[in-house]
Amino acid sequence: MLFSLGLIGLLVRRNLIVVLMSLEVMLNAAGLAFVVAGSRWQQADGQIVFLFILTMAATEVAIGLALVLQVYHQFKSLDADVLSEMRG
Amino acid sequence: MQLLWLIVAMPLVSALVLAVLGSHLSRRVVAAWGVGSIGVSAVITMLVAVEFVSSPPAGNAYTQFLWTWINVAGFQPHIGFYLDALSLVMIFVVTFVGFWIHLYSAEFMMHDEGYSRFFAYMNLFVASMLTLLLADNLLLLYLGWEGVGLCSYLLIGFWYRDVANGLAARKAFIVTRVGDTAMLLGLFLLFTSLGTVQIQDLMHRASEHWPMGSTMAAAAALLLLGGAVGKSAQLPLQVWLPDAMAGPTPTSALIHAATMVTAGVYLVARTHVLFALAPPAQFAVAVVGGATLLLAGCSALTQHDIKRVLAYSTVSQIGYMFLALGVGAWSAAIFHFFTHAFFKALLFLGAGVIIEALQDEHSIFRMGGLRKELPVAFWTFLIAGCSLAGLPFITAGFYSKDLIIWGAWSAAQGHPSFWIVGMIGALLTALYTFRVIFRVFFGPIQIPVGKRPGYVMTVPLVILAFFAIVAGSVKDPLLAFVQSTLPPMVEANAAGMTETLSEVVAALAFLSGLYVAYLCHLQKRILADGAVAHPAGRALHAWWFADWGFDWLYDKAFVQPFLWVAQLNKNDFIDAFYTGIARLTEASYRAVQLTQTGQVRWYAAGIAAGSVVFLAMVVFA
Repeated sequence: MLFSLGLIGLLVRRNLIVVLMSLEVMLNAAGLAFVVAGSRWQQADGQIVFLFILTMAATEVAIGLALVLQVYHQFKSLDADVLSEMRG
Repeated sequence: MQLLWLIVAMPLVSALVLAVLGSHLSRRVVAAWGVGSIGVSAVITMLVAVEFVSSPPAGNAYTQFLWTWINVAGFQPHIGFYLDALSLVMIFVVTFVGFWIHLYSAEFMMHDEGYSRFFAYMNLFVASMLTLLLADNLLLLYLGWEGVGLCSYLLIGFWYRDVANGLAARKAFIVTRVGDTAMLLGLFLLFTSLGTVQIQDLMHRASEHWPMGSTMAAAAALLLLGGAVGKSAQLPLQVWLPDAMAGPTPTSALIHAATMVTAGVYLVARTHVLFALAPPAQFAVAVVGGATLLLAGCSALTQHDIKRVLAYSTVSQIGYMFLALGVGAWSAAIFHFFTHAFFKALLFLGAGVIIEALQDEHSIFRMGGLRKELPVAFWTFLIAGCSLAGLPFITAGFYSKDLIIWGAWSAAQGHPSFWIVGMIGALLTALYTFRVIFRVFFGPIQIPVGKRPGYVMTVPLVILAFFAIVAGSVKDPLLAFVQSTLPPMVEANAAGMTETLSEVVAALAFLSGLYVAYLCHLQKRILADGAVAHPAGRALHAWWFADWGFDWLYDKAFVQPFLWVAQLNKNDFIDAFYTGIARLTEASYRAVQLTQTGQVRWYAAGIAAGSVVFLAMVVFA
């Protein structure tokens, strides 16, 4: 449910920051799924994997925000549809 | 005689220098290189000749081995020179006449922008020609053979800005290439069946392995004859030479009169053993020569362009040489080559003076009265013309031509019909020669004389005129000398004719030709005009003027079908298959390109949809 929410946010919103937020939501949804699965089967692995996801999410946000900053410098806009220069 | 290689090397080095540095050198330096290198070659040739005659080497031949050219699986052609009486006479003419023509061109070409290019081509030509003549194997001979062909092409198209000149050059190149292909096949045949390309070994082995009249010898001889016919502009490949007159006049004198076009005569004489083994091939040589000398003589009668008259006359005179070779009068052919080189080169150089004096006017019907205006050109042209037509007892041409005509009857393969052909040819020669002389030098002045030749141009004329007369006096020593290489003429069929009687008839032919020319072209010009105006006369004139329709025939038989096929295949239907593949790839590219919108949300949606489909497949399958 939480994952779908993130996916829909990713697909329908055009603001890059919101897109990034939706991405975080999706990551957390996956993390939550791991934790729940870990507690269901009484295993620590789920929480360990969540720690990895957390680290990865932190780096992803750092890189993503840096890119967003550069995009804003370049295009004076945060609209994802404006960034369609790679159109074939 | 150790200096032999220098004779070839001098013009070659000079050609390289002029080709590389030519544009940076002044005209004076260019002329010094271009003329000087040939001069040095001529001097060395004379030194070699003196040594050769005073102390003949063993076997009357001297071989200079320079280095092995290629060494592949027993096939070892050399770069080596072979000097005997035949090649010595030939290289003497090439360097000596070549030198005077080069000197003449130093002034003739003075105001041409391609001055150094001209001398580079001319020197390269002389180097190739000497290679051809001195080569001790057929492969090196072929190198020289193609080298002179290339230079001929370059010099015919020398003034390349005019499209017609380029077309003439292309025609000469392609037509001679037809003959060269035959010659190359003959070369392959000789190598595969006799296992060597060394000319002397080849001739020995041919006479050992092949019996008299063998098919192999006939095939090889006929294929070589094909090459000779192409290069020497004989029937049926004579069409290129008249068009070759598009080149500068000294080129016509050197390449298309004195030297290159006689390469075919040299080739046949050089491989005379083969032709002697194959009587049908030798008969073919005589027939080709006889037919060519008549046809070209008739065509020469109708041309307007002074250089084209001389071109047809060259074709006709080389026909005489072939006739002599064909009947077995080998040395007579070489003697006629020797005298022809002097007077024909002189005729062309004289024509060059006239054309330049009359502001590039080529038509003899618009010339006239130049006897007083250009006295040096007149007297030298007259001497050369008399020599060509065979003025009895004085000129060189009389002795050499009569020797051939006499040989045509009396030699081993001779026949009275060849004698008649030669005699008619002599009549035609006198007729067309004096037609030109009377039209150009006599009668009223039509165009005022502009530029008069300087000493650099008149000195070669006078020297060559001197030789056009005295070359006949060396007849006996020269024949004896050449016969150390070539078999002497056997007077087998002398019945019903003596040499004196033959000479008297030839003198009568000369006089009647002279008289008819005098009548038609000087005294009553109305006669010549009347003959052309008559319907039958006009048709004949047009037919002869167009070289007996050979150009028309070749155009219809070869050029047009070839162009038609080329037109048909212009769109390359084999290529269409590959073009189709390219088109298909392009179309699929355009289809896939539509999905690349550049919008990141579309991509994300695509990934999500793909994942869903993939998961569904895993779960439900």
